[in-house]
Parts: sequence; C-alpha cells; structure tokens
Amino acid sequence: MNAASVTGIDRLGEVFTTAKAEDRAALIAYLPAGYPTVKGSLGLLTQALDAGADLVEVGLPYSDPVLDGPVIQHAVDQALRAGVRIRDTLHVVEQLAGRGGRAVVMTYWNPVLRYGVDAFARDLAAAGGIGVITPDLVPDEASTWIAAADREGLAPIFLVAPSSSDERIASTTAVTRGFLYAASTMGVTGARDAVSDTATSLVARARSHTDLPIGVGLGVRNGAQAGEVAGFADGVIVGSALVSAAEHGRAAVARLTTELAAGVRGQHTGR
Amino acid sequence: MTSASHGLAGTTHEPDDTGHFGRWGGRFMPEALIAAVDEVAVEYEKARRDPAFLAELDRLQRDYAGRPSPVTDARRLAEHAGGARILLKREDLNHTGSHKINNVLGQALLTKRMGKTRVIAETGAGQHGVATATAAALMGLECLVYMGEVDTERQALNVARMRLLGAEVVPVTTGSRTLKDALNEAYRDWVASVGHTHYILGTAAGPHPFPRMVRDFHRVIGLEARDQVLTAYGRLPDAVVACVGGGSNAIGIFHPFLDDDGVRLVGYEAAGEGVESGRHAASITGGTPGALHGAMSYLLQDEDGQTLETHSISAGLDYPGVGPEHAYLADTGRATYEPVTDAEAMDAFRLLCRTEGIIPAIESAHAIAGALRLGRELGRAGGDPATILVNLSGRGDKDVDTAARWFGVVDPASLPTEEPPPSEDADGAVASGEREL
Ligand SMILES: Cc1ncc(COP(=O)(O)O)c(C=O)c1O
Repeated sequence: MNAASVTGIDRLGEVFTTAKAEDRAALIAYLPAGYPTVKGSLGLLTQALDAGADLVEVGLPYSDPVLDGPVIQHAVDQALRAGVRIRDTLHVVEQLAGRGGRAVVMTYWNPVLRYGVDAFARDLAAAGGIGVITPDLVPDEASTWIAAADREGLAPIFLVAPSSSDERIASTTAVTRGFLYAASTMGVTGARDAVSDTATSLVARARSHTDLPIGVGLGVRNGAQAGEVAGFADGVIVGSALVSAAEHGRAAVARLTTELAAGVRGQHTGR
Repeated sequence: MTSASHGLAGTTHEPDDTGHFGRWGGRFMPEALIAAVDEVAVEYEKARRDPAFLAELDRLQRDYAGRPSPVTDARRLAEHAGGARILLKREDLNHTGSHKINNVLGQALLTKRMGKTRVIAETGAGQHGVATATAAALMGLECLVYMGEVDTERQALNVARMRLLGAEVVPVTTGSRTLKDALNEAYRDWVASVGHTHYILGTAAGPHPFPRMVRDFHRVIGLEARDQVLTAYGRLPDAVVACVGGGSNAIGIFHPFLDDDGVRLVGYEAAGEGVESGRHAASITGGTPGALHGAMSYLLQDEDGQTLETHSISAGLDYPGVGPEHAYLADTGRATYEPVTDAEAMDAFRLLCRTEGIIPAIESAHAIAGALRLGRELGRAGGDPATILVNLSGRGDKDVDTAARWFGVVDPASLPTEEPPPSEDADGAVASGEREL
C-alpha cells in the first residue's frame, strides 16, 4: 500500500476525529442495499447522509441473517426477492462515495467468501468503500480477511458483545480498525424502548483495552436514545428504526436522521 | 457390549482445538454466542471425563431409551439386493423412534450440569424436537422447539407429540419455512436467552464443539453395531451406509469404522427430484464450500453465496448444508456420498414395509434405497454374500400421511384392502402403477 495515499481506514478515522472535535458522537446510519429497490436504497442512503449521518452502513442482503430481527429480515428478504446482487451493493457504495459520502459495508460472511475474499476487498476499495462490518465473522476465523483488508486499506470492523470476555475484547480490538462495534444488548437487531445498561459497562470494559473509537448499536430508535448513547460512546449506530422509517419513504428517513443527528449533539427534544 | 459412554472416550479422528476438520468446521458465528459455545466445549470436556456423568448417560440410554438397539438380518429385503446380506441397525426401536435421542439425552444432561433451565431446538422431521421435548419432560427443563411451517404441516404427528410432552412449538414462517429457517430462529432466540438457555442442536453440524460432541453421543450406534456384526458373523461388514441430512446418524455409525480400511462408508443424500433438476438437498454431491450456521462445509448456494432453496420429500434431509466432518471425509475419500431421489426412497420405503414389516422414516428409506443399489453393485463377492450394514435411523409413523399421499391413498384411515383408489392428485403425480401401495 502506498503510504502517501489516504486509505479507507484514514477516512473512517476522520469521521470520529471530526465528531470528537465538535464534542459529540458520530451518527452511523444502516440501510440495506436494494431496499426497496437498488435506486431507492441509494436515494435513502443519500438522504441519511444529507440529513446528518456521518457514516452509512450499506447492508449487503443475505438469505440467512441470524443476527437480524424481523424489520431488517423483511427488508433484505424483499431486496433478495427483487434480485439484488453483490455487485448492486458495490454499485451503491460507489455512487455514495462518488458524491463524497463515507460508507462501510455490513455483510454476513458467506457472500464475501463466495465472491472471493481478496476480490471483495479489492472491488470494495475500488468502489470507494472504507470498511466492512462482519456480524458473523469473529477474528479467530478472519486471518485471510484481515490480510486482504489491510492490503486494500479497508477497516475490518469486528463486534464485541456483553458476553465477550475481557480476553476476547482484547484480542478483538487488537485486529479491529476504524472503530469497534459494541452490541448494546444480547439479542438481534430491532428497535427497543430503552437503552440497556449493559451497553455502558461493555463500553467501559472495551475502553480499558483500546483507544479505538467505539460505536454502539442494537436498539437505538430516537433522538433521546441517541443522546443517551452519545453520552458514553463515540458513535451511535441506528438500523432497524431507519429501515422502519424507510417503509414510509425518503422524508421519513430524513426526519428521523435529523432527530438522531440532534440527539448525538445533545440537542434532542426529549420526545 | 459397548455402552453410550464409550462414544465419548476420544478417538484418533478429532478436529483441532478450534474445531477444524482440515479446512472444514470452525466457528462462523456472532461474537455474542462465542462465550456460550466456549462454555459448552469446556463443560463437555469435563463431562466426558466424569464417571458420574458417564454412568448417568449409560443408565438413561439403557433403562430409558432402550439401548442397545438390535441388528436385524433383513433376509426378504436382501432378495432385492443382488444377493448381498443386509443388516439393519435398528435405531427406529429407540424410545421416541429415532437415533436423535442419543444426542439429546447427552446434551440434556449437559444442560443440567451447566445449571441452565431452558432448552431450545430446531427440528425438521420433528424427531429431534420430539426427543428434546421428551428429555426436557424427563429432566424438568422448559422446552421450545422451532419448526418450519412447511414441516409442521408434513410432520403434524410430531407437532402433536411435542405439545403433549409439554413443549412449545413455534412454526417458523420466514424464508423457505423449513429446517434451515428453524435453525436461524433458534440462533436468534439463543443470542437473547443464552444466560439460562442451552441450544440442543440436533445434528453433527454447527459451530465447534457441536459437530464433535453430537458425533460422540451418536458413536454408540457404530460401536454397538460393530460388536454385534463381529459377534454374529465373525467378520466386519463390507460396507456401512446411512442417510445424510446434517449427518448425525451417518457420522455415528461411520466413525467407529474409520480405521477399518476394508469397510466402505457410503452416505446417501436427498436428491429430491434429481440433482440435475435443481430441486434437491444433496449438499456434498451438488454443493460448494461455504459457511452457514456456524461451520465451513459443503453448501447449496448461488454464485453470490445466498443459500438455495432445497427440496426433499423427507423433512429431515431437507437442509442445504452438512456437518463439517462429512465434508472432510468426502475430501479424503474415506467416505463417499451419493444422491437418492424421492422416488427411489419411496420405492425402498414400500419394499421395506412389504418385505420386513418395518415402516421406516422416509429419511432412513434413503439409506435403504442406497443399500439396495450398493448390494446390486457388490453382489456376491466371490460366492460370499457382501454384507451391508444400514443405519435404520428412525421409524415411519410420522410419515404415514406423506406416504399415503405419495402412493395415492389419500385418506390414510382408509387403506385399501384390494385395489388402491384412483389418485386425486390433479397433476397426475400418481400416474403409474409404480406408486401403488
Ligand atoms: C429418522 C431420521 N433420520 C435421519 C435424519 C437426518 O438427520 P441426520 O443427518 O443428522 O442424521 C433425521 C432428521 O430429522 C431423522 O429424523
């Protein structure tokens, strides 16, 4: 890798240094590619970026999303039935990056395996993607992927969970780049009424092992919750709530993103 | 006679410390569940060295499940097998009607040992669900079983059995509404409930340590059968065969024969309407390497790595993956895997009913069909009949409805005494006399 060029990992780092300089958390918005259509998903993701998301997670639809609740399952199922392909996800990333947006891909592991680990890293980097979140790949099985991501300057983003031992948090943070994804609760994705207190203790435990920024996901659904999470994390990740909003169109996504963006700045309206 | 605990004694065919059989297996799963599978691995290691655990397992297998299961010399069936001798390992005679109880009793004891109070399971044919519901009732555990909606319909008898046993059965309506989707739901439940719940995975697949642990609980099948055949015939069988869904009954009977070089091991996969039709569930024959439900193995997937819809008349074989040790044995050539279609399996089903008075599970009928085919191929090796040991993994009560429909007996309560009634199947699925019961 050319040391002089700006890598995906560098650009991901900037998301958090910028937010930190503004004394706030970064807002990370998840939406799946291909939902409701490829073009429609591009519009929604663009909307999220325009309304204040600092980073988007482009979901790569997969037939067996074991870590997703009903809302995301339903959306990716619809995308797959409409025939969405891996190359469509790469295309969405490319379009977003083309207009200056920062995008990582969220993908289960088997599609990447099948596409080819090296080929996926190469094509995603070429499309302007900056990292990959892998919810069902743990570092123990990821040596090929970590090497491929490193070659392309992409951030391999791994998860830690409330059940992770300190030993595993240490080994996971050691190979994670960009930011660490902390799953706030033991459970699948889906909006929840309250931010669980397991999240705060998980973040505190992770901080003792790493200086990486920490994003907290699973369950955040409104500005108030975003504000709460922003109080102890560096990034607030919102998925299911945005996918639910997407069912009502771009305006609804814009509205929710605006509220969340205010939330991560501590300006939520206390709804 | 060997007992169940001998299956746990350790072998010369183990995965590495992180559960890899060569390039297969491992742990492809969410971090949130790693602590849970680590706990299972650690507890299993302790349990298999704990005389009290082993004694309790043996007691249950003997006094409750009815082990050892007998080996039956199927002489009239063998007349259709080119002169080969066909020996049936009668797992259908176990309590609850299949081999599944071997694994479930072991994992239920482990659940108690870990101090957990609730078990969940996935089930296809319902046999694993029934076995889990049974063990939960016996040991006072709360039990919830996930079952694809398609399977709750075609295996309705087993849904009723599970409910009678006090288990909750949740029909799964996502995806293809079959076994793979039931596994997805079980994982989703487990991520949220792992503090008090153990997931009793029903086959020798999934993340480490399940493929190895489930195999060990089923090794008793092969250990017993090897002794039984040696004692009765003074020699080892020429071939050992089994049906392969996830692969638990097959690995259980194969494993104790791995070092017996002269013994051929053949697994029969569900070919549905034929592998070339695309409507099948033959993961090794028609699949490619991939990671699903926790392990690297052969997988039916499209070019984007999306899991393909599968088809088999047998709910228990209707699954796009296979346990990693089978992928390994296929690679090394120590075992071979061949497809058996719905039609071949149902022909064998009927033949076993009529020649031996045994109604097999449709899953097991795939193994019978394979044995008949292999018998014709091996024939009489130099005058001596070739001996084929078949794992008869389960009994067919649950399949009476499916079989009645296949053979054109629409109302199973009115089985014909002389002439079968004409089919009501609109697209003429019962076109020829071939399907007559
Ligand atoms: C009687 C019987 N045999 C075989 C199977 C297939 O499973 P496995 O390949 O794990 O033995 C099942 C699964 O439901 C079954 O009920």
